[in-house]
Amino acid sequence: MSSRTRPLAVGALGLLVAAIAFPFYWAVVASLTPEATLFRAPSLWPREIIFDHYRALFDERAFWLPIRNSLIVAGLTTIFCVAVGSFAAYAIARLRFRGQSAILGFILAVTMFPQISIVSPLYLMLRALGLINTFPGLILPYMTFAMPLTVWLLVGFFRQLPRDLEEAAFMDGASRWQTFVRVMLPLATPGLATTGILTFIYCWNEFLFALSFTLGPERQTVPVAIALFRGQYQVPWGEILAAAVIATAPVAALVLAFQRRIVQGLTAGAVKG
Amino acid sequence: MRRPVAPRQRGIEIEERRLGWLLVAPALVVIAGIALFPLVWTVWESIHLHDLRMPWRGRPFVGLENYVAIAGDRRFWASMGHTVFFTGTSITLELLLGLFLALAMNRSFRGRGLVRAAVLVPWAIPTVVAALLWRFLFDTEAGIANALLVGAGVLEEPIVWFIRAATAWVPVILADVWKTTPFVALLLLAGLQNIDESLYEAASVDGAGPWWQLRYVTLPLLKPAILVVLIFRTLDAFRVFDLIYVLTGGGPGTATEPIALYTFNVLLQNLQFGYGSALSVIVFLVTFGIAVLYIKGLRVDLTGARGR
Repeated sequence: MSSRTRPLAVGALGLLVAAIAFPFYWAVVASLTPEATLFRAPSLWPREIIFDHYRALFDERAFWLPIRNSLIVAGLTTIFCVAVGSFAAYAIARLRFRGQSAILGFILAVTMFPQISIVSPLYLMLRALGLINTFPGLILPYMTFAMPLTVWLLVGFFRQLPRDLEEAAFMDGASRWQTFVRVMLPLATPGLATTGILTFIYCWNEFLFALSFTLGPERQTVPVAIALFRGQYQVPWGEILAAAVIATAPVAALVLAFQRRIVQGLTAGAVKG
Repeated sequence: MRRPVAPRQRGIEIEERRLGWLLVAPALVVIAGIALFPLVWTVWESIHLHDLRMPWRGRPFVGLENYVAIAGDRRFWASMGHTVFFTGTSITLELLLGLFLALAMNRSFRGRGLVRAAVLVPWAIPTVVAALLWRFLFDTEAGIANALLVGAGVLEEPIVWFIRAATAWVPVILADVWKTTPFVALLLLAGLQNIDESLYEAASVDGAGPWWQLRYVTLPLLKPAILVVLIFRTLDAFRVFDLIYVLTGGGPGTATEPIALYTFNVLLQNLQFGYGSALSVIVFLVTFGIAVLYIKGLRVDLTGARGR
């Protein structure tokens, strides 16, 4: 595009960014507004700021419970998947053995599995094992999408690492395993961190499995708890929005802090170049 | 070029092969155990009558009866229709807006990093939260959509968006577009950044205007990225669940119910595991079919693509 279209493009871009940001802004404002004002005369500028909704969220609804559950489930799933996934990813990216590309293709295929297709056997399986409404009963199903995702992302990161260091270690008589642990893993730390962040976000946001395999507040994750909020007489919008703000805060913070890495992880190699 | 392989070399190859499988094994075992095995189980369930509300009936083999019943199930066909409508509409909008956003971000300006971070946030938040935000925007009383439209004179009085199918789709589509356009834009941006700058210079020298450049340089070279976006988005949109569960609950009635939500209701509301599993198998087959269509028919190369 020529430079003449520039002001126009910048203006439109600004408008789009504003449109993207507006729902967040509005949720924050509304979560701080008394419900009576909210329903009578919605105002774009907060006139009167109250923290009642946030207080009610923790005092009356025990919202720390779903937060704790989400942290446990997403955290443990991420740690396990990154640990096990890094072995597999290194092997696929760096070693040479038959069936390599078939394995990668299989893993990619699994990332495309519709969750709904395996809900019924997972439910029966967890029920038979007595794991419905438990943490393992969420962590196990979460690995169905988290494991292929981590392997897939990590293969990309391992492939980007320079070969010289690895070969140097190899020449010095280090075994493949030693090379992996002493040379490759430390080099791959940024990639491992990015993969961990992305996996955590996917687990934090998951809804279908958490809805299907939990029964009550003591094991519900944040998305399930928010989706099932009920008021006595009307929709408790103030509290719902306060909860939405809290559920968004950690992922928004992660994204803003690591945006460069996340974008790189998501798109590098998306188009072969 | 064949050279005799030195014994030491062959030893290394064997070691490498053994280590390779050893390292891959744990991840493969996990994936096979919790993804592949359940899939086979779903197929097995789907050819049985299995109703958890009536355990005394056991789990008799019924062959393809569930599938025959689905063929005549109006709610199934309606939910398929809703899914196709949702997929088509949202992806069209997301591609157009995403392309614009990507083109705008593909130039250096101050605050580009900030813009990139800002657009990433909707993609990263839980879909459930996005759905709630949009339900609030379209709330009858407190919703800003009504306030704006009444204020602008488009509507005479506030309307109840979720009471009619035609209006209930509006927040659903808008929420999806809002949440996923950034992701589309970022993938397209990665594609744009791979295009050689000199091509534009050459086109400018030849007197090509911005539209001509877009049409004959950018779009053809962006095709691989567009196809990657299309396949990921189609597969994602086809299994839409969270968004509609929270926004409309599939309502009014079942007027916005997608196939994943119908399957979920059959499984976990009605506890009809045989019939629900047959629906699950159909969702899987359709998804699989879409992926094969893209990869074989359009020759999308996914081996380089990562994430979703």
